[in-house]
Amino acid sequence: MSAETLLLTILLLPLAGAVGIVITRHNPNVREAVTLLSAALVAVLVVMLAARFLDGEAFALTLIEPLPGIAIAFEIEALGMLFALVAGLLWVVTSVYSIGYMRGHNEQNQTRFFAAFAVSIAATMGIAFSANLLTLFLFYELLTLATYPLVTHAGTPAAKQGGRTYLGILLGTSIGLFLLGILVTWSLTGRVDFQAGGILSGHVDPAWAGLLYALFLFGIGKAAVMPFHRWLPAAMVAPTPVSALLHAVAVVKAGVFTLLKVTLYIFGGEFILSNDVTGGLIWVVAATILIASLVAMTKDNLKARLAYSTVSQLSYIALGAMLASKAGLIGASMHIAMHAFAKITLFFAAGAIFVASHKKQVSELNGLGRAMPVTFAAFFIGTLSIIGLPPFGGMWSKWYLALGAVETAQLLLLAVLMISSLLNIMYLLPIPIRAFFSKPASGEHYTEIAEAPKSMLLAMVVTSSACVILFFYPDPFYRLAGLAVGGN
Amino acid sequence: MTDFIVGHYNYWIVIILMMVGLYTVISRGNLIKKVIGLNIFQVSVFFLYISLGTVKEGAAPIIAEGIEVYSNPLPHVLILTAIVVGVATTALALALVVRIKESYGTIEEDEIHNLDHSL
Amino acid sequence: MEDHISLLLVVVPLIAAPVVAVLPRGRSAWAVAFIVAAACAVLAGMQLWAVLTEGAISYELGGWAPPWGIEYRIDAVNAFVALIVAAIAAITLPYALLSVEREIPEEKIPLFYSAMLLCLTGLLGITQTGDIFNVFVFLEISSLASYALISLGRDRQAFTAAYQYLIMGTIGATFYLIGVGLIYSQTGSLNMQDLATLLPGVLHLKTVETGFAFIMIGIALKLALFPLHLWLPNAYTYAPSVVTVFLAATATKVAVYVMLRILGTVFPQGFALTTPADELFIVAGIAGIVIASVYAIYQQNVKRLLAYSSVAQVGYMALGIGFASAAGVTAALVHLFNHALMKGALFMAVGAIIYRIGACRMDQIHGLGRAMPWTFGAIVIGGLSLVGVPGTAGFISKWYLVVAALEQEAWISVAVILMGSLLAVVYVGKLIEALYFKPVTDTGTAVSEAPLLLLVPTWGLVFANVYFGLNTDLTVGVAEKAAAILGGMKP
Repeated sequence: MSAETLLLTILLLPLAGAVGIVITRHNPNVREAVTLLSAALVAVLVVMLAARFLDGEAFALTLIEPLPGIAIAFEIEALGMLFALVAGLLWVVTSVYSIGYMRGHNEQNQTRFFAAFAVSIAATMGIAFSANLLTLFLFYELLTLATYPLVTHAGTPAAKQGGRTYLGILLGTSIGLFLLGILVTWSLTGRVDFQAGGILSGHVDPAWAGLLYALFLFGIGKAAVMPFHRWLPAAMVAPTPVSALLHAVAVVKAGVFTLLKVTLYIFGGEFILSNDVTGGLIWVVAATILIASLVAMTKDNLKARLAYSTVSQLSYIALGAMLASKAGLIGASMHIAMHAFAKITLFFAAGAIFVASHKKQVSELNGLGRAMPVTFAAFFIGTLSIIGLPPFGGMWSKWYLALGAVETAQLLLLAVLMISSLLNIMYLLPIPIRAFFSKPASGEHYTEIAEAPKSMLLAMVVTSSACVILFFYPDPFYRLAGLAVGGN
Repeated sequence: MTDFIVGHYNYWIVIILMMVGLYTVISRGNLIKKVIGLNIFQVSVFFLYISLGTVKEGAAPIIAEGIEVYSNPLPHVLILTAIVVGVATTALALALVVRIKESYGTIEEDEIHNLDHSL
Repeated sequence: MEDHISLLLVVVPLIAAPVVAVLPRGRSAWAVAFIVAAACAVLAGMQLWAVLTEGAISYELGGWAPPWGIEYRIDAVNAFVALIVAAIAAITLPYALLSVEREIPEEKIPLFYSAMLLCLTGLLGITQTGDIFNVFVFLEISSLASYALISLGRDRQAFTAAYQYLIMGTIGATFYLIGVGLIYSQTGSLNMQDLATLLPGVLHLKTVETGFAFIMIGIALKLALFPLHLWLPNAYTYAPSVVTVFLAATATKVAVYVMLRILGTVFPQGFALTTPADELFIVAGIAGIVIASVYAIYQQNVKRLLAYSSVAQVGYMALGIGFASAAGVTAALVHLFNHALMKGALFMAVGAIIYRIGACRMDQIHGLGRAMPWTFGAIVIGGLSLVGVPGTAGFISKWYLVVAALEQEAWISVAVILMGSLLAVVYVGKLIEALYFKPVTDTGTAVSEAPLLLLVPTWGLVFANVYFGLNTDLTVGVAEKAAAILGGMKP
């Protein structure tokens, strides 16, 4: 199979899967088989594509040109490959998990759920492989719209309210600021394609470049930089598999991925460093890291706490991007992968707890660890990886991020990273500790509570092991991150 | 000054008629009166065109022996068309008024408004 | 025959109109009207092709040479607009069959189609003619037909809406007539090409400036440019569904064309810049986008919501005209085409709802999205196009408009265009929420999906929205050619 066909297949397969899911809606077993089959195929194909890319194969593919000089075009490039790899691999795991979750929880409208899920993955792949800002924007908006029915899945007033916030902030920022940023870029340079080293250098007065960067930073609402982070906690009304894959991996990573792309290929690291484009903005991101961590501590709802943790962790990536030094950018790129595996584990565990015991609050978890040992063990591993301790993958990305702060002599930022790690410990670690060592509230017995369905456990075991494996073998992601950064 | 006023008397008539017509359309609540106002307004434009076509000392534009100067016939032709349009508009407007009277029982604008919003 | 395409486009529907009126049955009247509209669409397509390949066409009516005779002069601009009008008519008529049978009493159906064809005649005539007085005549033909069509709506408010439109429309047309008279008094010509050579010599005269102002105000009324839009919401709300679809997609578009023609061809390019006209367009455009969009959010009737949205969309076109640059005119023309597609699709989908439940108030459509998934899908995609989500035609329009605004560093306009999109998110979102998330109101009978004959034309336009969002060879290509002819009015 040529690389072009491979790429097109990866883009179209989830869509075909969505159609298949709708067609087989009357037979849930066949429908789930379609989901699993397309997810597994996508994962295999993405790995194949990554292998060939690392062998040095490169190519681009132009579909159609809606605006003169701007095409809907795709290309494979290191950062996109990394993102696609993460999303593709985790879709299979999440599919296994969500089948257990949706059945264990007797959810309504499962066909719509799985179909919208597949479309979201297609949009994510489109974002990963887009060759210019217009293509990226197209799939960015598609992702927002495809995830909307997932967020409002429950159909309750709370879900509707959450959906409003979700759509309002994401569309508001993307149309009001992100699109404006793209248009300004277009009117300044006459092009919007991604090019190593950036395209803006020489076209824009450095004094204004900071303002343009702000348009992108806040316009890419999916990166959840404060004050445009409210949509992410709002999206937690969705079923847990959605929160796990989409709102810990695909959607939010699409945001920071876009930010990284813009930093690397529109502005260019050199341009940012030599003109101090991000000098003031970086403190907004640093503040987001700390404030979100502090808010997370106040949340008793487990998913809300994880959501604020995600907001905080996303800003790590934004911070790495804005440092624009080599180590910072590598750290940011790797954190896309490392945080994905760790956070999805945490969400899987949260969902398993909910399905098995119908508990949502952290304060209700006392002693539950003994009833659900596997779940909480996985949660524990995820927690340690998020904090950034060895031997877990999360250590590498934090290492490089810290190195980036040192490299650019931003010692205050280094302090922010360190304080944030401490905060991570304070809001995440008590959860497994509480579950394993605290006594249940008086009068409660967990004798009737057992582990969640097998498929959910399997998913958790896979992702938590991945956290460990990535410590010893971060090589594919490290090489991709290095390639992406090496270009400038 | 007097020459200016007298010399342009046709324009003064046009302007006065135009204002009378427009004012009637705007100020009257009676639908029939509005249509009448609209007609006066249109007629003022007809006058404008016809007086434009006049050539001093010119005769009616019918070719005849011994006449050198004719008035310009084109505005007349144009306004013939416009008059037809005006008649059609008036007819349609009156037909609408009849239907409004049938379904509302009144042709006073404010009463119609009240009827629609009291439902 | 090829030589006579330009004339046939006007004459065929004109002759067919009285024929249709005397046909005994609704279905036969519909069949003739449909054939005529389809023929017009084909002719308009051929005409555009001929213009694009061979250059402008000049057709002398009755063999009288211009400037004495009436000339039909077709270039890329009017061939493009004529194609929009004819194509919309051809796609509306299949939709009309069932919708009209539901909404109009059987004995009036032949007359309905007759008026529809007259309206088509007028609109096509405006696009074809090269004579500014002739524009007035066709304008009135189409307007009179549309007053009659609107009054056929089922509520009694349709009569008042039509009456209101008649009064304002006639004032607008008469203003235009005054302007034409004043210009004629100074140039002695009515032919557009002839005027283009004569007017530069007399531009300094107050009479010409006054005439220009009268013409602009007159057309702005027809265009429903804010704040002269008062007739539009009622007219669109109470007209029969088919009429709303047809008028929303064509009538204001043709008025935009006339505006561009007067500014770009008849008057020397750049003349508008010496008058307050261009600033007024921008101010009216901005005010229209913001105020009408906010109004749309608070509407309780779906058709009225979309009608206010139309006023806002006219604001976008006014902005494009007001920029007075090639990019601005291109943007206005592209939006003219794209807006016809999106409003056509949306009003058709709403018409399908009316076909099923006989009403379209917000509180009556709760939960209908589940019962009518295809109709709902059309509203979603049409709505996204209205918002300007990439991949839809609406995005292309917004892109060109913002690029045109950035070119002039008109930052307020940029902000307003993007804000307009966000306001559209709100009113489209409100519509979708009502259709999908609100619990179904108990009507006693189960609502089923609209019949295929309504869905197919609706989805035809929906697909066009996506197609022209991805492939813009036709829209942008022609609009750029057209903008080159209208010259962008650079001083």
